[in-house]
Amino acid sequence: MAQAEKIAETTANIRVKNRKYLLTPKSAPYIFIGPAFVFILIFTVYPVISSLFLSFQQVRGVEKSFVGFANYSRLFHDPIFYKSLLNTFEILIIQVPIMLFLAVLIAVGLHSSLIKAKAFFRISYFMPAITALVAASIVFMILLDEHFGLVNYLLSLVGIDSIHWLTKPFWAKVSVIVVMTWRWTGYNMVIFLAGLQNIPSELYEAASIDGAGKVKQFFMITIPLLKPVFIFTVVMSTIGTLQLFDEPFILTHGGPNSATMTITLYLYEQGFKFFDFGYASAIAYVLVLITALVSWIQMKLVGDIKE
Amino acid sequence: MITQKKLSTKIGIYCLLVLGVILSIGPFYWMLIGSTLPSGEIFHLPPKLLPGDYLAKNFQSLNESLGIAKIFWNSIFIAIVYTIASTFICAMAGYAFAKFRFKGKNFFFFIILFSLMIPFQVTLIPLFELMVSFNWLNTYQAIILPSLASPFAIYLMRQNMQAVPDSIIEASRVDGAGELKIFFSVILPVTRPALAAVAIFQFMSQWNSLLWPLITLNSKEMFTLPVALSSLIGMARIDYGQLMLGTTLSTIPIMIFFLVLQKQFISGILGGSVKE
Repeated sequence: MAQAEKIAETTANIRVKNRKYLLTPKSAPYIFIGPAFVFILIFTVYPVISSLFLSFQQVRGVEKSFVGFANYSRLFHDPIFYKSLLNTFEILIIQVPIMLFLAVLIAVGLHSSLIKAKAFFRISYFMPAITALVAASIVFMILLDEHFGLVNYLLSLVGIDSIHWLTKPFWAKVSVIVVMTWRWTGYNMVIFLAGLQNIPSELYEAASIDGAGKVKQFFMITIPLLKPVFIFTVVMSTIGTLQLFDEPFILTHGGPNSATMTITLYLYEQGFKFFDFGYASAIAYVLVLITALVSWIQMKLVGDIKE
Repeated sequence: MITQKKLSTKIGIYCLLVLGVILSIGPFYWMLIGSTLPSGEIFHLPPKLLPGDYLAKNFQSLNESLGIAKIFWNSIFIAIVYTIASTFICAMAGYAFAKFRFKGKNFFFFIILFSLMIPFQVTLIPLFELMVSFNWLNTYQAIILPSLASPFAIYLMRQNMQAVPDSIIEASRVDGAGELKIFFSVILPVTRPALAAVAIFQFMSQWNSLLWPLITLNSKEMFTLPVALSSLIGMARIDYGQLMLGTTLSTIPIMIFFLVLQKQFISGILGGSVKE
């Protein structure tokens, strides 16, 4: 009886095994990848190639004519384009270190065993990272208003004259940096905090037995072990800054006098205000080259550190 | 002596941290208050610290100038459809890369990595031309489809699915489960945390996105919240009460979402790059 049951069960199993499925282990991966691949082909690969061709063309309405390197040579003589490059790098070089320094400082403070209510602090600091850049920029646009803004009011309480945040070239750049720092510090802080939590506490115990003070421990243990996290945050922030658009678009529209013009903002203006598609594509390809170059340099640096 | 030193460090750290908290969430509070004040009073100095009674008026005028209900719906609809479809498509692709051997796998993966590296700005102009030729300007699909297959999400799903043991997939095959069934009832359930992280990331990036919607949407009733807000700034006379309310409306849903699901949210926005 039991044997009969067993035989019935095995035959049932075999029958199930031989049931025809729509997907076999051979065809399944293609079906699974299919939709994503088709979308990437149409909406990424094709545009990337088409953009390269466009950058060698002049587009007038529906008419396109091949102009060789004309768009690129125009770029080389375009002072506003140079300005947008320079602005982007100035913002990059000043904003990223300030932000990462603050992020590490807060992370170390929060990591300290002396501090309670860590969850509350973490949530509060992370809050800006969930807001739309547009929303953040609008709020700061009003806070930084030169006549009636809260920031100038608070500064006047400590005797500082009103600052023309959004209308003087230097301060406009500072304003963009302020918004970026407000928006991204907590984000990076959480990454550093996770990095700190991954450092084994035995290292610190051993160091204090050897007589190393807190400061020495910080520089000899914390900083070296956080290196991978530093690299990650620097790479992410750099790529983000190269694509800077929302903040200057809302805060200053690239002004005053192109002081906050960025590469992406300039691309947007050329492409969708003046509909100069060829020229805008050339700008886009310069951005690709710069991104590739910066990534390559950073990769080299990482490689050197590893060695 | 030592305890006194410890106490003063403690107080010092707390003071700095609290100052930081004020700087971080002060603007939110000020924004919320601002949305209940008439335009003029937002600039009242010293600033008003308590809500006013102008919220309904601001809502009314915001609705008159933008049709805010429709815009809110546009944002919600686009973000939700995008999140579900994109998470699903990227999970499928990630699964194929993680758990199958097949011809052309390296080539497909190279394409994914390539799309991951390239700045998306380079696609803007041809994508716009494509949308024009499809007659898709001012449509939901123009916003949703181009970024549906996110290389980043595919990569992330692949990483997470590699951690799923082969043995449970094999066991289901032996039990006679088909490939689709394995994907839906074995793989998706065990990778739920990664799916949640990807979904939150996708939702946030779509909800907050400005540049692409700005290019493809030019009729008011199709605007998403960020585009609508940026259009308010372009007006000759800016009504700051309206503006603050609009900003609040674009922030509140995400804020609630965040406070409820903070853990998943943080790992989602960090793109699963941080393991806690």
